[in-house]
Amino acid sequence: MAKILAVDDSASMRQMVSFTLKGAGFDVVEAADGVEALGKAKSQTFDLVISDVNMPKMDGLTLIKELRKLPAFKFIPMLMLTTESTADKKQEGRAAGATGWIVKPFNPEQLLATIKKVLG
Amino acid sequence: MSIDMKQFLVTFYEESFEGLDTMETELLNLDIGEADSETVNTIFRAAHSIKGGSGTFGLNDVASFTHLMETLLDEVRDGRRQVSQQIVDVLLTSVDVLRDMLSALRDEGEVDMARVQAVQQLLDELLGNEPEAAESAAPQESNSTGAESQGWKIHFRPHPDMLQTGNDPVRMFRELALLGELKIECDTSGLPTLDKLVAEESYLAWNLELHGDVDKASIDVIFEWVEGDCDLVVDPMASQPAAAQTDNTVTEEKKAPEPATSTAKKPPPSEKRHSTTTESSSIRVSIDKIDDLINMMGELVITQSMLSQLGEAEEFETAQIEKLRDGLSQLERNTREMQENVMRIRMLPISFAFQRFPRLVHDLSGTLHKKIELKMSGENTELDKTVMEKIGDPLVHLVRNSIDHGIESPEVRLAAGKDEMGLIELNACHEGGNIIIEIIDDGAGLNRERIIEKAISNGLINEDDSLSDEQIYDLIFQPGFSTAEVVSDVSGRGVGMDVVRRNIRALGGSVEVTSRPGQGSKFTIRLPLTLAILDGQSVRVGNDIYIIPLVSIIESLQVNPADINSLRGSADVYRLRDEYIPIVRVYDIFNVHTEIKNWEDGLLVIVEGEGIKVALFVDDLLGQQQVVIKSLETNFKKVEGISGATILGDGTVALILDIASMIQLSRDNGPEKTPGRQDNAEQAA
Repeated sequence: MAKILAVDDSASMRQMVSFTLKGAGFDVVEAADGVEALGKAKSQTFDLVISDVNMPKMDGLTLIKELRKLPAFKFIPMLMLTTESTADKKQEGRAAGATGWIVKPFNPEQLLATIKKVLG
Repeated sequence: MSIDMKQFLVTFYEESFEGLDTMETELLNLDIGEADSETVNTIFRAAHSIKGGSGTFGLNDVASFTHLMETLLDEVRDGRRQVSQQIVDVLLTSVDVLRDMLSALRDEGEVDMARVQAVQQLLDELLGNEPEAAESAAPQESNSTGAESQGWKIHFRPHPDMLQTGNDPVRMFRELALLGELKIECDTSGLPTLDKLVAEESYLAWNLELHGDVDKASIDVIFEWVEGDCDLVVDPMASQPAAAQTDNTVTEEKKAPEPATSTAKKPPPSEKRHSTTTESSSIRVSIDKIDDLINMMGELVITQSMLSQLGEAEEFETAQIEKLRDGLSQLERNTREMQENVMRIRMLPISFAFQRFPRLVHDLSGTLHKKIELKMSGENTELDKTVMEKIGDPLVHLVRNSIDHGIESPEVRLAAGKDEMGLIELNACHEGGNIIIEIIDDGAGLNRERIIEKAISNGLINEDDSLSDEQIYDLIFQPGFSTAEVVSDVSGRGVGMDVVRRNIRALGGSVEVTSRPGQGSKFTIRLPLTLAILDGQSVRVGNDIYIIPLVSIIESLQVNPADINSLRGSADVYRLRDEYIPIVRVYDIFNVHTEIKNWEDGLLVIVEGEGIKVALFVDDLLGQQQVVIKSLETNFKKVEGISGATILGDGTVALILDIASMIQLSRDNGPEKTPGRQDNAEQAA
């Protein structure tokens, strides 16, 4: 089953994302900020990364940029979880290497639908 | 699949309240004019997280409220707006409102929407918004565009590096195929020769035909993530009358069930009201403490195996006694350390209680037009979580009191030759098994004359009483005592210092005040580190052992029968240094049989509870020891006069006396029972 790295500094969001995805049979690894996520990404591989944008220590865009430098993460889909639905944030995200985004607030069904679409 | 979002709410509330505390602290740290960008960022992030979470978990009012705060903070963060006192104040008020909203939602109470709207308006005004911007209407916009088309021609040419964003054309085609009949034609003309081909780049282009009654917006959504990373042209197809009509009906039928399911999904929100909030309180423990505990556990296991080896020996030789002693003393040490470490888990730094004060001082000094600096020290001093929760209100009261009555206005201070900036210090430290909290102000000090005047008029003292300063200052803790000339909005709202003292005493602590005219006052609170362990004096009554909390004992003495006055129809009183103290026979209160009923044979323990002194008549004093408090209420039932129980070293249970309720009890039944007490005691035995 596909393995997903879920990054968010909010514990409740992490809980929700992780619960939803595990319930759908995905393997989920959590991280609370970019630095922790990058550490985990260096020691294991993932099929998808979902990351919040605004986080302490290392924000989501920097994380995605850093992840894209790793060979194992060059082509895998990475989604931003963002409340900034404005066009320039999305543009910034894409420039950083994000595949796409899920705009908060979202419900578990929307999250799963998007992820299933991306993972096929 | 439908997932119950309520299960995440506990975490959400917990982190939101933490976020609000952070916002508050950082807002108070903000320098007006030139704000530190990291500070602004931290505040922004907290607001942002609350907004994201509240939207996701269906708390829409919270989400729209935080949205305004976030927008304002975003402007500050981008440098579009300077930090002004006004912004800080409005944001601080917003933090309060948000905290109230979240508490109300958590506890299923009423949200004060009038207040929310008032503050929302303040935010709107700051932002220059029209009130009630049509935020929520935004998502449904492009319904009208191109709905009539019979299909679409799509030309799609990804830019060479599109694949490196993780986007896959195949995924998009798969989604398009779900919308209608899709014809795909690949244009390979861009492919270079093999020696020039870079495997990671995209060289292909596609011409697609999508047949059916498809909304252009749904196509745009599919290509949304690659906008700018590809050349994309979407044109409506020329209409094909005959085929189109059948297509139309088919797709309409297909579509019909959708709205039905989506409305069917709606009801869950209303279920919310039926749920009961499970208020589970949790505690964060630093990993060091847990590691210590695990180490300790390891040592305990070693001691245990050492002792069990001794026990397994066929015959016990005298030489092994030494080893047994070693083992036992090691066990004792392990147990004590283990106990200390387990207690430490419940301990939190007092900064949790202190953190609200910068805000309080900031707000109050503004309201009262005073200039006040707050200094805190010893914030890392640890205190039991339960004690912490209960000491908050008394502390607030004392600090408010210092700001309101202690610190003078800048003019008065200047006239008195002081710095116009007043100083309030909050200190915390450990001393023995206690935590000491000091609240010091450099204000005017307590007014000795006014206190005496007031005490005389209240009948607390007589005009010819000669009292030490200490005794006079202590009068402010008497019920109904308030010297404030004007009952201000800040303190003196009818809740007096007596309540502060009562609350602190309920925690097994004490509060004292010292003061020097013109130089300020100092309140000293002494609290036990934990409520789970108590320093007690064991006393014997009949065959039973009772524990009296050491803090409530003033002294213990042998009885001089000459000093006993038996008042008719009332309890006996004991004359001790000009004071008449009612005597309470413990055997009487608890109906215990004892041989010791003559005054000469027993002892009196003078205790004080809620400002009232009584003398407990007991058989004998035993040792002083620390006892672990077990709740009687949860294990048995509430018993008047008893606050809990403990298990003594020999396994017997001893009851811990609740002094305040014993005093009450003795007042209620004392006099009437006195004549028949012999019979009662006999029956009980």
